[in-house]
Amino acid sequence: MRQITLSQAVNEALAEEMRRDETVFIIGEDVAEAGTPFKVLAGLVEEFGTSRVVDTPIAEPGFMGIAVGAAMTGTRPVVDLMFGDFIYLIMDQLCNQAAKTHYMSGGKLKVPLVLRTNLGATRRSAAQHSQSLHALVAHIPGLKVAMPSSAYEAKGLMKTAIRDDNPVVIFEDKLMYNDKAPVPEEEYLIPFGEANIKREGTDITLIGTSSMVQVCEKAAEILAGEGISAEVIDPRTIVPLDEATLLKSARKTSRVIVVDEGHQSYGVTGEIASRINEKAFYHLDAPVLRMGAMDVPVPFSPALEDITVPTPEGVAENARRLMSGEMIHAA
Amino acid sequence: MAKSKHNTEDYLQMYRQMVRIRTFEDNANQLYLSAKMPGLTHMYSGEEAVAVGICEALEITDKITSTHRGHGHCVAKGAEFKEMFCELLGKEEGYCRGKGGSMHIADQSNGNLGANAIVGGSMGIATGSAFTSKMLGTGDVTVCFFGDGATAQGLWYEVMNMAALWNLPVIYACENNGYSEYTKTEEIAAGSITARAEAFGIEAHQVDGQDVLAVNELTQKLVARARKGEGPFFMELMTYRYHGHHVGDINREYYRSKDEEKDWKDNRDPIIRFRGWMVEQGIATEEEIEAMNAEIKADAKAAVEYALEAKYPDVSEVDMHVYVGVEHALA
Ligand SMILES: Cc1ncc(C[n+]2csc(CCOP(=O)(O)OP(=O)(O)O)c2C)c(N)n1
Ligand SMILES: [Mg+2]
Repeated sequence: MRQITLSQAVNEALAEEMRRDETVFIIGEDVAEAGTPFKVLAGLVEEFGTSRVVDTPIAEPGFMGIAVGAAMTGTRPVVDLMFGDFIYLIMDQLCNQAAKTHYMSGGKLKVPLVLRTNLGATRRSAAQHSQSLHALVAHIPGLKVAMPSSAYEAKGLMKTAIRDDNPVVIFEDKLMYNDKAPVPEEEYLIPFGEANIKREGTDITLIGTSSMVQVCEKAAEILAGEGISAEVIDPRTIVPLDEATLLKSARKTSRVIVVDEGHQSYGVTGEIASRINEKAFYHLDAPVLRMGAMDVPVPFSPALEDITVPTPEGVAENARRLMSGEMIHAA
Repeated sequence: MAKSKHNTEDYLQMYRQMVRIRTFEDNANQLYLSAKMPGLTHMYSGEEAVAVGICEALEITDKITSTHRGHGHCVAKGAEFKEMFCELLGKEEGYCRGKGGSMHIADQSNGNLGANAIVGGSMGIATGSAFTSKMLGTGDVTVCFFGDGATAQGLWYEVMNMAALWNLPVIYACENNGYSEYTKTEEIAAGSITARAEAFGIEAHQVDGQDVLAVNELTQKLVARARKGEGPFFMELMTYRYHGHHVGDINREYYRSKDEEKDWKDNRDPIIRFRGWMVEQGIATEEEIEAMNAEIKADAKAAVEYALEAKYPDVSEVDMHVYVGVEHALA
């Protein structure tokens, strides 16, 4: 199968959906000629013109609000938020307006928009350009949240998001834009709420989101060399969450580590871990472990930044400790 | 050139500071190109007369807020090369112990409340600083630097309203360099920028940002009046950035022509213009100026060498400074 980058995959998904449905449009900063700073949207303005690839001033709450109103009245905006860190600026439009409109109108109004943004540290971009803030929006009922772990997921999830009648937030890992993965030429969609078992195993389950899926796969590789069989699962969307697949694996292996790049406290890892505790407790041989980003603002210095995110070695080390029956009180 | 109101020492200091900024940036760019600097940075080269003209009208106790393009503001407000380069390289002796990097340099000792990686993010901070000044009667004036692109941020209109209502000693200084990222200002700013401040009853000026004397003269007047409670004020400084939006923005002809860049560099360079004027007025000879340039170059070289050898912060610093009064947040 051909290999394309995550960036190309997103670009293809958008182009295909824009060809299919003329109400789909893109709005955000430097999305047209510049094709975003990450060049993800390169070429789209040539095909679809500036009326459907709309450059805005640096006014995030403004264009987010416009997208909400446009979505309520018959279009399907794809909002481009250059960095996930800017989500704080649009919180009201996203969480008070977009997320609640369908509910508050008793099901009469809907907001079919996609918010495309990113996450991920270790790019030496310091505390305001490195955050992974998906837990913030996953906390708000009414919003769906997708976290592609490769080019394949990025394309399939984007197409599903655009066709979904709800507001959907997609977090791409900004360090993965140039990573290639096999992506079929033929059209495909990835349904929301369907986890993907990336690797089968019997001793321990490693649940990872976004680029942490790769971290878990590398950890599984290390563990395999030591005779420990790890199962790796990618939930692909955290809202909705495919609880059934996660629970089934937990019951099978009896040990689970959840790995995510958001801050560890009050985050995605805690949510998934507690669901497993609640529903698979009697099948577990060890506490479910959370591994998130360190609870500090992301530091600039490479010497500090690198130790704030989960690594394959760190996951493998925790897996060994769980396997050996050590009493773990996770840091 | 605007009319003078200074003595020889002031002129030499302004020239010196402009050359220090240019030299700092040349070295920073070189560090990036030789892959010695983590991450990206935004060059201030070309805009020196703005930062220097303004900061030379301020006292050390006056405050400034800076931007992602902040090295110039930092130098102009009195910072040292050594601590700045250390910060850019993520070293322990940097102004922020390596935690902030280029986009977050702050220099408390000279009243620089910090660069900011959120466009417009400092507008509230600057206005709050002016609030303190009024409330405590310190007499300090705060200058809020931001770009033309930042005028699209709603926050500015909220704080201008309050600053005007309460006569706060703040000067909003918009560095209009014609672009925000890869977009021309006329494509993102409707109407006139000065008229926006005027709408709140704020006295607004437009000034040639390549003329350090013009900038300095205007700022001196506004600062004196702001100290007397006649603020706030607004200045739009017409200027130009020589490099790309950031150091990695090298192929930029799709949004900005080489001819245009050449014209600004050849005909409106703030340092060349001021140097010519100083020689003409007999303030300094070519030899004296060359000697000054050489000294600054040597200073910068020594600071870069020092910073390259300096040590990174110890990893134990990663959870320090999360909370005031808590030595290690995760201990
Ligand atoms: C809130 C926010 N939106 C977008 C960005 C991305 N960004 C960084 S600099 C920049 C352009 C800023 O233009 P301007 O204010 O004119 O400053 P200049 O770079 O020209 O000095 C943009 C869009 C950001 N850092 N923060
Ligand atoms: Mg600008």
